[in-house]
Formats: sequence, structure tokens, C-alpha cells
Amino acid sequence: MSFSRSLQSIVFFLIILGIVGLALGGYLTPLSRILLNPVVSAQTWIATRYQAVQSFIQAPQDTIRLRQRNTDLEAEVSRLQAQVIELQQRISETSILSALVDFARANPEYSYQAAAVIGYDTSPFLRYVLINRGSDQGLRRGMPVVTQQGLVGRIAAVTSSAARVQLITDTTSTVNVRLDPSGAQAVLNGQITGDVSLEMIPQDTTIEVGDLVLTSGLGGSYPPNLLVGQVSSVRSQAQDLFQRASVQTAVDFSQLEIVLVITNFTPVDIQPLLPEQGTP
Amino acid sequence: MALLIAIPILGSLAILQSSMISRFTLLHGTADLVMLTLIAWALQKRVQTAWQWSIIGGLAMNITSAIPLGVPVISYAVTTGMALVLRRRVWQVPILAMFLVTFTGTLISQGITLLVLRLTGSNINIIQALNIVTLPSILMNLLFAIPVYALVSELADWLYPEEIEV
Repeated sequence: MSFSRSLQSIVFFLIILGIVGLALGGYLTPLSRILLNPVVSAQTWIATRYQAVQSFIQAPQDTIRLRQRNTDLEAEVSRLQAQVIELQQRISETSILSALVDFARANPEYSYQAAAVIGYDTSPFLRYVLINRGSDQGLRRGMPVVTQQGLVGRIAAVTSSAARVQLITDTTSTVNVRLDPSGAQAVLNGQITGDVSLEMIPQDTTIEVGDLVLTSGLGGSYPPNLLVGQVSSVRSQAQDLFQRASVQTAVDFSQLEIVLVITNFTPVDIQPLLPEQGTP
Repeated sequence: MALLIAIPILGSLAILQSSMISRFTLLHGTADLVMLTLIAWALQKRVQTAWQWSIIGGLAMNITSAIPLGVPVISYAVTTGMALVLRRRVWQVPILAMFLVTFTGTLISQGITLLVLRLTGSNINIIQALNIVTLPSILMNLLFAIPVYALVSELADWLYPEEIEV
């Protein structure tokens, strides 16, 4: 009895071993394919249907989640874009300030107060700008205003926290200048077109396109040797008493953002010294 | 209420004019938002504070401009007066009146300014000023006239609701 059972066990073991051996040898592959293919097909069919049903049930939740995520990402993009714009603005301001610092270092004889341009005159006939510094920061009427490029104008009115600057392009602006290299004296006047022109240039003076125009300091309104621009064209006629010239200003007045006010220059009021009309 | 609200509205418009609108130029002309607002306000049927608004608007513009004191007040008052006269005569077509007053108002307003500047020693060439400042300004003002009129109409309807007889 026990021998018979042992023999059965041995035979069973040998069959199993044989099947394993055949499987490892690859001899059962066609058979397993025949048996497994319907199972796999059935499982695939069921899994596909199950996933479809699951997607259908979960879809609204996913949409809500995706929309929420999309909103979050859009908000993040907007925040980053705002940050980029702010940083670009800071870079621009830094480069302007850096240039102004260079100008201040190159002209150490003056004290400066930096100010931002916050507005333009509302009348199209006038060329004034408003700056965000006033008498609280030591600004006074008549102080010259410059940028790293050259002369901008002078302060025409001051409040405690703001000032109005008359640009040299204003029609009532007059600046006494000298030409370099000729050294000739002239008067620079603003025009309604936003340009500036040189007048009162003596006929015997030789001036050429490209000559530098610098403040002369005469009249006491502006300190000497501030760059104004370059001569761009000359109009000279034999019958005229004086020559005239157009000047390309060094400063681009449409791009004014930050300016420097020269605070240690006190304009001289020569009005009392001028002879009154009618007096000999 | 209609008078008090003029101060923040016209003050804000003057600031907007100084900081932004003055930079948008056609040749050298710019739109005058305060003047357009005053014209549109004066053309509203039920409005009774047009003169007061013109004075507040003129003072607001005087703060942001180096123009001699009182010039904007006078020029805006003249423009408002013209708008009030037209309101009575062509009230059926307020848009036409708006264009008409904008055109003549710009001419008169800038004419007064130019005259005062000439008297105070400015060497502005009048023909040049007309060509490169006044005519472009008229065009800019006409462009802004319709949207300003629409906004001011809304404001007037809100401040002066139409009375309904029951």
C-alpha cells in the first residue's frame, strides 16, 4: 500500500518535472498560446470596458481638478510676467541711474539731487515737466536740471514735494551758450516744434555743422560748460546782422525718466541791473 | 453730490492728462480730456452744475500746467457757455452738438492760451502753432469725443436719474 503510494508520488513528481522541463525548453509554448490567448483577449476586453466606465465616472472630477490646476498655473504665469516686467523696469532704471552716477562722478564740482519725471505740462504750447522732488529735498527755483546726456532746463516753480522744470525747448526759454571750438557766444531759444535754435551768432564767426554747444554761464542762469547739443545746420545770409543755426539737443526730451538737479548752483538775478525802458 | 464728485473726477482726469495723455501726441497736438468731459457734462439735459464743473476743471488744469493762472478757467468757461447755448438749440442731436462744441471749443481754448502766451512774451509763431498744435489737437479731441460723451452720459444718468410720473 505504502509502496504503491510512493510510486504514485514519484510518477507525479516525474510528470511535473517533465512538464517543467518541457516548459523551460520551450516545447509547451504553442500549447500555452492556444490556452492563454482566449483568456488574455477576455481580460483585455473586460479591462478596457472597466477603464472606460471608470473614466466616465471620474471625468467630471478630473475636469474640475484640471481647470483648477490651469487657473493656478495661469495665475502663476501672470505673477511671473509681472515680475519680469518689474525686473526689466528696474534694470532700465538701474542703467539710467548708473549713467547719472557716472555723470556726477565726471562733474564732481556740483551737488546733485536725483528726481523722477512724473508728468508733462498739459498745455501743448508749453514744454515743462513735473518732477517728484521739491523744497523739502532742498530744491529751489532756478536750479539747473541735467541728465547724463546734457542740459535739460531749470526749475520754474517748487512745492514742498514736487517741482516744475522748464525745458530748454520751451518757447520762453533762453540759454546763453558758446560754441566749441570757435568760442563764439550765442543765444539758444526754444521753438514751438520742440527744437532749439541758435541766434545772435556774429556774422564774422565761422561755425560748422557738428560744433558743440555748451552753456556759457553768462547771465548767471546756468553754470558754464554744460553740454546742450551739436549744431545741425547753419543759416547765414549776407544782409542779416547775425547768423542762425539749428541745434540737435544732446538730451532726448521724449524719453526723460530720471533727471539730476544741480543743488549747489544759485542763479544770479540780474534783473535789477538791467536798464529800465525809457531811461538813458 | 454732482458738485462734490467733480473734484475727484476732474482731479483724476488732470493727473491722467499730465502723466499719460500729454505723451500721446499727433505732431504736437494732444487731446484735452478735461475739456471734453466739461463739454459732455454741459450737454447733458438734466445737469445744472456745468459752470461749477468748468471752474473746478480749469483749476485742476492750472495745477498741472505752467500756463498763466486763470487761463484754463476762462477758456473752459467760454467752452461750457457755448455748450449750454447749443444744448438748448440742438438738444435733439447731442452727438452733433458734442462734435460742434469740441471743434470750436478747442479753437477758442487754444486761441485764448496762445493769445495770453504771446502777451506774456512767448515767441510762438501763430500759423505754425495752428498747423502743428491746434489742428492736430482738434482731430485728437474729435476722436475722443464719442467715448467721453458715452461715459459722461452714464455718469449723468447715475447722478440725475430720470423722474417717472406715476
